[in-house]
Amino acid sequence: MASSMLSLGSTALLPREINKDKLKLGNSGSNPFLKAKSIGRVTMTVSVKPSRFEGITMAPPDPILGVSEAFKADTDDMKLNLGVGAYRTEELQPYVLNVVKKAENLMLERGDNKEYLPIEGLAAFNKATAELLFGAGHPVIKEQKVATIQGLSGTGSLRLAAALIERYFPGAKVVISSPTWGNHKNIFNDAKVPWSEYRYYDPKTIGLDFEGMIADIKEAPEGSFILLHGCAHNPTGIDPTPEQWVKIADVIQEKNHIPFFDVAYQGFASGSLDEDAASVRLFAERGMEFFVAQSYSKNLGLYAERIGAINVVCSSADAATRVKSQLKRIARPMYSNPPVHGARIVANVVGDATMFSEWKAEMEMMAGRIKTVRQKLYDSLVSKDKSGKDWSFILKQIGMFSFTGLNKAQSDNMTNKWHVYMTKDGRISLAGLSLAKCEYLADAIIDSYHNALLYWETPIEL
Amino acid sequence: MAMSIRNSASRRAMNQISNDFIGLRSMSSWWKSVEPAAKDPILGVTEAFLADHSPDKVNVGVGAYRDDNGKPVVLECVREAERRIAGNAFMEYLPMGGSVKMVEETLKLAYGDDSEFIKDKRVAAVQALSGTGACRLFADFQKRFCPGSQIYIPVPTWSNHHNIWRDAQVPQKTYHYYHPETKGLDFSALMDDVKNAPEGSFFLLHACAHNPTGVDPTEEQWREISQLFKKKRHFAFFDMAYQGFASGDPARDAKSIRIFLEDGHHIGISQSYAKNMGLYGQRVGCLSVLCDNEKQAVAVKSQLQQLGRPMYSNPPLHGAQIVSTILGDQELKSLWLKEVKIMADRIISMRTTLRESLENLGSPLSWEHVTKQIGMFCYSGLTPEQVDRLTREYHIYMTRNGRISMAGVTTGNVGYLANAIHEVTKSA
Repeated sequence: MASSMLSLGSTALLPREINKDKLKLGNSGSNPFLKAKSIGRVTMTVSVKPSRFEGITMAPPDPILGVSEAFKADTDDMKLNLGVGAYRTEELQPYVLNVVKKAENLMLERGDNKEYLPIEGLAAFNKATAELLFGAGHPVIKEQKVATIQGLSGTGSLRLAAALIERYFPGAKVVISSPTWGNHKNIFNDAKVPWSEYRYYDPKTIGLDFEGMIADIKEAPEGSFILLHGCAHNPTGIDPTPEQWVKIADVIQEKNHIPFFDVAYQGFASGSLDEDAASVRLFAERGMEFFVAQSYSKNLGLYAERIGAINVVCSSADAATRVKSQLKRIARPMYSNPPVHGARIVANVVGDATMFSEWKAEMEMMAGRIKTVRQKLYDSLVSKDKSGKDWSFILKQIGMFSFTGLNKAQSDNMTNKWHVYMTKDGRISLAGLSLAKCEYLADAIIDSYHNALLYWETPIEL
Repeated sequence: MAMSIRNSASRRAMNQISNDFIGLRSMSSWWKSVEPAAKDPILGVTEAFLADHSPDKVNVGVGAYRDDNGKPVVLECVREAERRIAGNAFMEYLPMGGSVKMVEETLKLAYGDDSEFIKDKRVAAVQALSGTGACRLFADFQKRFCPGSQIYIPVPTWSNHHNIWRDAQVPQKTYHYYHPETKGLDFSALMDDVKNAPEGSFFLLHACAHNPTGVDPTEEQWREISQLFKKKRHFAFFDMAYQGFASGDPARDAKSIRIFLEDGHHIGISQSYAKNMGLYGQRVGCLSVLCDNEKQAVAVKSQLQQLGRPMYSNPPLHGAQIVSTILGDQELKSLWLKEVKIMADRIISMRTTLRESLENLGSPLSWEHVTKQIGMFCYSGLTPEQVDRLTREYHIYMTRNGRISMAGVTTGNVGYLANAIHEVTKSA
């Protein structure tokens, strides 16, 4: 698929590809480890036989997490990490929310135990997370139509849903935006769920290709799963308008597709939890059945604790009960039960009125800083770039990320010449940008946009 | 399998379901074909226990340690570690392979503090979601890189082992392990199975404190097993969930692994801190694979990370930090070793008391196995029907295979437990 080339770099090798490759493993029928192959090297005295994992090649670096690793290795003073989407303060330091520190201290004082959570996770967390998403007292919650289980952040929650799809909708496809978060494809690949793409990003406008999106969703076979970003689309930062969301819901209902929301930035996009949940709530109003994966990595800064949830909105409480039981059956052989720490933090924060308000304030602050940085970057670009290029897309985009419109060659220039680390699809994380660095970044972007070809002699990809 | 159809595959049922799927009636549920899943046999026991209102109820179901008051325990060393790390400024994503420090310390426990394999960087290792996550990663790894292979699993084993390799789509075979007549190890049958398995087979071994039986090979038997594995060029994958918890001495509990390493096997190990550090809910563990050389270890590690990325991206931090704080500090580590021994000793003493109580009650059966078996579990030999009676009549909860979690036995309930067991078995 040509379009997938524009999006993130290499994904995980499919098992088939690995087999085809130089690995001498897995030939059908015979056990390759039995072959008496002449290896032409000295066998170590302590080893019994050459390793059966001999032919395993190095996996490609993860296109997103690999960026941070490369950044760490760079010794240049001016280096800037705009790779992974983790919030930074103006001083470019990681930020642990005050409300999180409070919650942890409370938990320590209380002396909570460390017993296994049930497979579905912490009940108080599951309740809180569904209410945050749909609004407390929403009919789907009151009528117990939502199956919610705690998952390992967004990734883990998506994976549970993907496994459910594979098991109960064999052959059904997931249609994902072009581009999308790089790990989406890995998740569906490893879950063996086929996927295809719907048009999303329009490089000409550096905006949404709405017509293309609607057309492609319409064209997907009835009953496909449509992966939607609830807010703050990753990697582009381009969200549909409220009117466009209505039309998206229309066409999904028309084609009897199943919406599948990835909500990784609730509260982080606009600064308001409710506003950022508007798309999801619109679909809930329609009485549709759909999935929502949530993550607290960004909005509560709990990246490392892997806390999220998968919600399946069903048309009946009975269906929700059955679906929940099957989600548990998928989770048990993956990790048995989810980690407790992050779940307790969320439950404590949301469950206490004071802490909840404090959280909302800190979230507004984080989202606010990003908006400020966007503005400064835009202003710097406009004042420095004399070509007349329209940079307003920076202001129209929302959330942690901005799709700069830089192609791979230009992105490479950003890194190789300017020591600005970003993903090759042209995505920068504004969360890693300080006001102080905006001018430097503007210089780098302008240079890369206009001159990269001259430096690196790579053809432009459109 | 996926679309389970309640009626036999009649045309009408098929049409109904395909109509639903195509969605001609837009409000009908997508989930009609989703059956309620059976309750997990182990975790389901605790659920039932919690729902019981009898004041006499005893939970000897799930394997989580309890103190002599029947209360969950958070180790002192863990509390202290938590105090030290609370509110720390670091909550960023761990690298995909997890906490480097935690993994380093964990490998030392399994391979030995001065292991040449660690020095030579031949161990590919990643932090995993406790033992379950480590086994699952290995199963997925096995599927991806040895796609024709099967896994040999002992009978019986922890029930989730079957789920793990099944969901990883690795075919399973079994090997003899538990000998019901002696309530011990069926060593000769085990060796036969090892011998008869095709060369180069993958075997799942419990490093110590076999779950659910508590029956471990002796050191001599481990040596024989290792020699036969050598002859057959089998791959040994060790699930070590109870290091330190079995005998009270972590080095001793790792003996089986050390024997295999000495004999030159390239093994895989799943390690868990759920029991021995009481970090159950934190989900901290480690998967390691011993490779030929550093280069291969780097490649294997990268592939393990690749398997974890679409499952959870990177593993949780908190538990890993607790582990590395404790093991990286001399004092805390000593405290931990003391506390592990206390837990193991309490269990051993409960075994003794339970056995003596049963013998004093005049039980016609032999209860020798209660003290011969080791670790958290005792395979009592009780039948499912006897277990059901224990639950119905005495509000005693255990899994239906007769596995008693000795960690749930206290000086307060051992008499009641012995009496109840005696009652349901005296006419056996």
